[in-house]
Amino acid sequence: MPDPISYDFDAIVVGAGPAGVAAALTMARGGLNVALLERGEYPGAKNVQGAVLYSRMLHEIVPDFWKDPSAAIERPIVEQKTCITTADSWITVGYTSLKFLEGVPNCYTIIRVRFDQWFAAKAEAAGATLLTGVTVRDVLKTSDGKIFGVKTSEGDELKAPVVIACDGVNSLLAQKAGFIDELRPSEVALGAKEVLALDPAKIEDRFNLEPGQGATMELFGGITEGMLGYAFIYTNKDTLSLGVGCKLTDYQRRGVRPSDHLERVKRHPALRKLIEGAKTLEYSSHLIPEGGMNSMPPLAADGFLVAGDAAQMINPAYREGSNLAMTSGRLAGETVIEAKTKGDFSKATLEAYKTKLKASYIWPDMEEVKDLEEAVERSPGFLEFYPKLACDLAHMRFSADGQPKKDHIWKALGMLRERGLIRIARDLWPLRKVAI
Amino acid sequence: MSDKPEGLPPDAMTVEAKLGFLEYKKSPETHISLRKTGADSPCVTECKSKPCTTVCPAKVYEWEEHEKKVLVAYENCIECGACRMLCPFDNISCDWPKGGFGVKYKFG
Ligand SMILES: Cc1cc2nc3c(=O)[nH]c(=O)nc-3n(C[C@H](O)[C@H](O)[C@H](O)COP(=O)(O)OP(=O)(O)OC[C@H]3O[C@@H](n4cnc5c(N)ncnc54)[C@H](O)[C@@H]3O)c2cc1C
Ligand code: SF4
Ligand code: SF4
Repeated sequence: MPDPISYDFDAIVVGAGPAGVAAALTMARGGLNVALLERGEYPGAKNVQGAVLYSRMLHEIVPDFWKDPSAAIERPIVEQKTCITTADSWITVGYTSLKFLEGVPNCYTIIRVRFDQWFAAKAEAAGATLLTGVTVRDVLKTSDGKIFGVKTSEGDELKAPVVIACDGVNSLLAQKAGFIDELRPSEVALGAKEVLALDPAKIEDRFNLEPGQGATMELFGGITEGMLGYAFIYTNKDTLSLGVGCKLTDYQRRGVRPSDHLERVKRHPALRKLIEGAKTLEYSSHLIPEGGMNSMPPLAADGFLVAGDAAQMINPAYREGSNLAMTSGRLAGETVIEAKTKGDFSKATLEAYKTKLKASYIWPDMEEVKDLEEAVERSPGFLEFYPKLACDLAHMRFSADGQPKKDHIWKALGMLRERGLIRIARDLWPLRKVAI
Repeated sequence: MSDKPEGLPPDAMTVEAKLGFLEYKKSPETHISLRKTGADSPCVTECKSKPCTTVCPAKVYEWEEHEKKVLVAYENCIECGACRMLCPFDNISCDWPKGGFGVKYKFG
């Protein structure tokens, strides 16, 4: 019999993003001795997000968080807009409702560096040991493949009967555990972003908001220059977050630097006036996993679980990632608490995590959009033809150009025929899943 | 107006200027290296478009035409994670910097 391993902790979580903190907090509350390892000098130091955070999933972990005056949240969102653009025209569809403020407010803008520090402090307060400035380089494995700890860039070893990998997109831990190979560029998008300072009164004026309330806008079509992705602008308390993200393969193929793309985005007439006079405070860039269900690694092994971006848990159709990260982190934490009670951290026991994910919104939602991106990519019309068509049709609808209106109808039909009605029907069919 | 990019606007902020907003804890060691350099590296023999030099959002890679090699300014890296899959010839090896080193965002 080999010597029994002497463990430093009941569980080790790698990465203090939304997934890792949710996992550590859940386990600490369950009475486990948990280490939360983060390579940044402080939580958030390396993290970039839009950022819109859906409240319900955080509320399940930190109840009524929005009532806590120290909560690192910016503005509750009352208005969400989608903009279809060409170079000089755009159609805006929006929905505004004060109902978004009732009960559990629907979503908030956040500034990740502040949010991550606040959230990680909650895990510490619950008893988790947060160790920052620790880069994990490898997992420790027994000869029969059980994972029992991690090795850091300083060569230190930390041991626990279970490790939860919450180390974000292109997870090094999932690779070291043998779950995945290096991701392919087609499985990720690259986002670039700026935070710009603007007086709160000006923000409210420009976005037609009551004091303290917030708005979001995503822009598709011409603004992405034929690449698959979108631009966004979100209102914070006294800053705006403005960014753009497109598939890495598109940036690669076109030889476009995201920072330069962002400069053109800033000058698009739909955005230009909104950011006029706003001063850049920070520039940042980060990958976004886009492979979804089709790129998801196995989720459990002996002594090992994966959650959040590390497990590709993103819903690209709805700018949701941080909420999936929180929920999956919490479910991974709950699974480990049960395993601890049983004294069994085998794959068979930890597989309960998958059952929990299937019973939550995560699995069905990811299943639903599984092939959406591929469908959109297959029909390049989405990137240029349809935005232009939509704007041209709107142009006619809203113009008095001296032509009889019934000529407009013929002209419109002509535009549709140019692409072929069957092809249009085939293009649009996959989109039904994101209509509601 | 066309929907095609028209290059950079004359008053565009350069990458260098954008990086100027950032704080780093500078690491004495590089976390990025090229697997092969020199005349038989893919940078010289195969790679025409050199996506590392055109896409990296921190302009870490620059093609030095005189010496026929890619220069790597690792200290500018903002750890976006892209270059582990950016090189079509798998010639870039990019780890995270040692614990605590590298970019320190204030907003993110
Ligand atoms: C530009 C952009 C806009 C986005 N907008 C939105 C949005 O509006 N709404 C939304 O919900 N989602 C959005 N997302 C997605 C969202 O940011 C992610 O889904 C979310 O951050 C995932 O959380 P996570 O905890 O899994 O990973 P992360 O937040 O990436 O956290 C991983 C953590 O692990 C640490 N780490 C990594 N490797 C190691 C290691 N080896 N050792 C130690 N520590 C390590 C990192 O430093 C980091 O703190 C956006 C993403 C981007 C890039
Ligand atoms: S992309 Fe790869 S092969 Fe091409 S120049 Fe860069 S490092 Fe060299
Ligand atoms: S990680 Fe991103 S910023 Fe750093 S060198 Fe690679 S591509 Fe450039």
